[in-house]
Amino acid sequence: MHDTNLVLGGKDFTSRLIVGTGKYASNEIMRQAHEESGAEIVTIAVRRVSLPGKGDSILDFIDTKRFTLLPNTAGCYTADEAVRTAYLAREAGLGEMLKLEVIGDARTLFPDVQGLLEATRTLAREGFVVMPYTNDDPIIAKKLEDAGAACVMPLGAPIGSGLGIRNPYNIKIILETVSVPVIVDAGVGTASDAAIAMELGCDGVLMNTAIAGARDPVAMARAMRLAVESGRLAAKAGRIGKKLYATASSPIEGLADWTS
Amino acid sequence: MKITVNGREMEVADGLSVEALLAHLAVKREYMAVAVNREITPKATYASVALRDGDRVEIVRPMGGGSAR
Repeated sequence: MHDTNLVLGGKDFTSRLIVGTGKYASNEIMRQAHEESGAEIVTIAVRRVSLPGKGDSILDFIDTKRFTLLPNTAGCYTADEAVRTAYLAREAGLGEMLKLEVIGDARTLFPDVQGLLEATRTLAREGFVVMPYTNDDPIIAKKLEDAGAACVMPLGAPIGSGLGIRNPYNIKIILETVSVPVIVDAGVGTASDAAIAMELGCDGVLMNTAIAGARDPVAMARAMRLAVESGRLAAKAGRIGKKLYATASSPIEGLADWTS
Repeated sequence: MKITVNGREMEVADGLSVEALLAHLAVKREYMAVAVNREITPKATYASVALRDGDRVEIVRPMGGGSAR
């Protein structure tokens, strides 16, 4: 079946899985997991250089010719911090794409949607391809689209929780509400969660912990690639309707008569 | 003079440039950015920007991370 590409900031991507770079046991395992995931976009944080500035750079383990870098503003709690981090990322040569996070609370890591909207508006105006991590709230999703977001990235469940897609109905409503791509960001725990997101009709899934925290991250990366692909294919193929009672798959006519 | 780099106070020569500071700290130049007193310093001006006493310098680079922590 022919499928369209995921388009973000005028760039085409055939993979609909976006992966993170945090929490891996080693950079080498990360590199292998990225490979197996088939992802074309990897998200990275921007942090202070350790002083003196020796040591490996994470970019020694990411082939930037092959992967598009998606700097994020993880750890920012205000619009101002997020905007400044975005500028730093751009100045560092990490490109214009940005996974925008404005966190509201350290315990839940839920987004501060007021700050998020403000930062989205500012950064979209400055030419960034803004990909905001948001709640599964259709109203906010629409406001983010209107503010210039290149896509919306509702959470499936809290970051790192592995609880899956807790409110598929809201995700469905978001899909009907906005015309930009919808990418589920956060909450995925295992392959079926990713498949469900795609079956709902989402344009992509972003995950970090589900792969990096798995007992075998490289195998889980492959599982996620297959789940995202099969979920997408199922969504395109059009599933059957749900019914309470059975419907026979074999014809009733022509049954042999065993009555005496 | 005293400046603060990534939260650490240090004594450096008066009028030190950003360029000289980066060399002094052996910072890798690939994919990094500098901000002085919350304002980004464009790469092209590293040699010409002289730091002043009390300046707060941030030097950042990409690091592993998926989402907030």
